[in-house]
Amino acid sequence: MGFSEADLQAIGLTLRLASLVTVVLLILGTPIAWWLARTRSRWKGPVGAVVALPLVLPPTVLGLYLLLLLGPNGPVGQFTQWLGLGLLPFTFWGLVVASVFYSLPFVVQPIQNAIEALGKRPLEVAATLRAGPWDRFFTVVVPLAKPGFFTAAILGFAHTVGEFGVVLMIGGNIPGATRVVSVQIYDHVEAMEYGQAHWLAATMVVFSFLVLLVLYSLNPNQRRF
Amino acid sequence: MIQDAIHARFQLDYPGFSLQVDLELPGRGVTALFGHSGSGKTTLLRLIAGLTRVSDGYLKVNGEVWQEGREFLPTHRRPLGYVFQEASLFPHLSARANLAYGMKRAGDAAMGREALAQAVELLGIGHLLDRRPQQLSGGERQRVAIARALALHPKLLLMDEPLAALDLKRKQEILPYLERLHDALEIPVLYVSHSPDEVARLADTLVLMEQGRVRAQGPVSELFSRLDLTLAQDQDASAIIEGVVLSHNDDYALSRLEIPGGFLTVARLQRDIHEQVRVRIHARDVSLALDDPGTSSIINILPARILELREIEQAQVLVKLCTGAGERTPLLARITRHSRDRLRLYEGQSVFAQVKAVALMD
Repeated sequence: MGFSEADLQAIGLTLRLASLVTVVLLILGTPIAWWLARTRSRWKGPVGAVVALPLVLPPTVLGLYLLLLLGPNGPVGQFTQWLGLGLLPFTFWGLVVASVFYSLPFVVQPIQNAIEALGKRPLEVAATLRAGPWDRFFTVVVPLAKPGFFTAAILGFAHTVGEFGVVLMIGGNIPGATRVVSVQIYDHVEAMEYGQAHWLAATMVVFSFLVLLVLYSLNPNQRRF
Repeated sequence: MIQDAIHARFQLDYPGFSLQVDLELPGRGVTALFGHSGSGKTTLLRLIAGLTRVSDGYLKVNGEVWQEGREFLPTHRRPLGYVFQEASLFPHLSARANLAYGMKRAGDAAMGREALAQAVELLGIGHLLDRRPQQLSGGERQRVAIARALALHPKLLLMDEPLAALDLKRKQEILPYLERLHDALEIPVLYVSHSPDEVARLADTLVLMEQGRVRAQGPVSELFSRLDLTLAQDQDASAIIEGVVLSHNDDYALSRLEIPGGFLTVARLQRDIHEQVRVRIHARDVSLALDDPGTSSIINILPARILELREIEQAQVLVKLCTGAGERTPLLARITRHSRDRLRLYEGQSVFAQVKAVALMD
């Protein structure tokens, strides 16, 4: 026994989804993390709390509201239709959007912590050495906060691979489009194909273990300024 | 003269701290911003660097406006060098890459290379370039940081207590390099310090700050001997005197200095004839006599005139004197109130100052 055609398709889809979501999250999460680390605005608390909501909410709650928001009568849904993009729920791109929200805190928080730990001093030093704002970000913040970015990317990726509830709510169960590994396992179990389910489930266990192993062996040596 | 100067005007209000300055600083030499912690000297330096921004500010450096009204040149566009109090080298770069970081952004590669070579030589860090900051001692790190600022070929060098984070031994290790800087640099240097000793050794001009205001400004020797300022009331109060080496007497291991309007004899200096030196005479090492003591074990007996008397403690009186022809050299003496009354000292009186010790500053 091994992976069936459908299993492989699910694995491929999952990796594609997680990679894409990770890239989107790094691009989207970094400015949010930066703002949260640096701002003295009274909105810091509320924004931080909103970003952290997916940590405590059941995925079904998040899925429900995203469904309403992205659906034919929701404001975002009407907007995407007006743009000619159609509706996002029950498509791959709908999954991407949902996963970005769902995994946001896992990416924002490590980056925010790294930037906070860095402090303002290295950036001030770089400014006195003639480096402009973008220059400072790429030559000082990125190399010095690298462990934070690395942790964020790994957690974002792994958390997206591991999601289930949101996928079911927003993506449904469409082979090749939204049927990711976790849903495929669920299907196998429903069909009493325990052997197949084992293969996939065990792969997930090994994968998750390796990811966390990498994470924990990287972090103790976090460099400080 | 206006071109060749720094004009800074800032006003800043934080809860519990306010700063209000309007300063005209010389366009060359070392100017020390001196004061206790919390006096606003570092804040002033940060305002000049553009690291702290206030809406109400004006700053012009050697003819270039850096801040005026809504105009604000961000730090990275200001042609300055900044040395921070603690080691500020980038830990992910070698010493060499740290030096290169600013240099390649400051433009003019040829000028940068020359400035770098000079800075490396001046600070003696040639052998450290391939090391990581973690492999350098505190003093070495600070020397690299100073060289990094110099390699930018700045038009203004700002130093925020560059020695404060170092122990006495490291301080002694860096001070000679800073003194060489003082002699070699043609750009203005603003040097924040709370150490009278460092200021006396390095600075030409002194800005005395208290509670966010400028208390006094002037040449170092003048401010050190002003009795109304805290410097003169300190235990280490002293007069700073510039002199020139006149001759050496190797038999007795003594050197003779010419000071404005007079002479001083000091322990043999390892200096060339005609070399400029700066000496410091502590107020506690000067005693006063009404008549020429004539034969005495004390070599330096200077005719002087009393300018000012001020009681500083229950038992102590501080005396400001001037000595030499033309009375151009200031001198401080710390005597007891009892002696003052016994000798019936008064302002304008002619006396003899007996100097027990002269300390070489640089």
